[in-house]
Amino acid sequence: MANVTNNRPLSPHLQVYKLIPTMAMSILHRITGGALYFGTILVAWWLIAAASGPDYFEFVNGIFGSWIGRLILLGYTWALIHHMLGGLRHFMMDFGYGLEKELSTRLAKLQVVASVVLTVLVWIVAFLVR
Amino acid sequence: MNMRTPLKKVRGLGAAHDGTEHFWRQRVTAAANVPLFLFFIGFLIKYNGKPFPELAAALHNPIVATIMGLMVVSGIVHMKLGMQIIIEDYIHVEWKKVSLLMLNTFFSFLLGALCLFAVLKIGFAG
Repeated sequence: MANVTNNRPLSPHLQVYKLIPTMAMSILHRITGGALYFGTILVAWWLIAAASGPDYFEFVNGIFGSWIGRLILLGYTWALIHHMLGGLRHFMMDFGYGLEKELSTRLAKLQVVASVVLTVLVWIVAFLVR
Repeated sequence: MNMRTPLKKVRGLGAAHDGTEHFWRQRVTAAANVPLFLFFIGFLIKYNGKPFPELAAALHNPIVATIMGLMVVSGIVHMKLGMQIIIEDYIHVEWKKVSLLMLNTFFSFLLGALCLFAVLKIGFAG
């Protein structure tokens, strides 16, 4: 069976198409999804630390609070918000709206801008209410 | 010409024998994840930098603990379904695909169990 399927012609893949905003967002949606998959380890670690008591929690908090920890959390925040906005866009398209060429392109571009703005906003608020 | 029997059509099952379950669960958990993770972000903002007893007390609250538990379940199911699609899209050697799909299940359930245990432990014990 393997030989039969190996010789079948393949449909063109990413590299033969011009990169357009909706396509870039589709790829980013998968990449952020994959990143969030492993980012869940951070959520689990944080919850376990909170369940383990003050000493271990302070230790984990110290790692999350270091510059490298904050950089990873900043990336996690952006991935989460970007993936969430992408998901909302998918819901809209599932219902049949926003599929027109110009509008879908504009919404795809808006998604990047909105995800970055919202991420920065979340972090500013987090520092302000501290 | 459609060779499928009326019963087959009504059941809506394709070659995967799985119907639209995967698609639908992905959408349901996605919809649930939006408010649940917004709550999580808000919670982290509020308790960022607060002393441990204050955080533990907040997680001890039944409403907070319940929302955290729901977030874990919905989030874990969503990420498991998503990674399944990625594996099925890119891994075409049967034994590798099956192994990774199994690993995906184990990893997701392990993380889910750890998170849930933690949420319940704080919720019950404070």
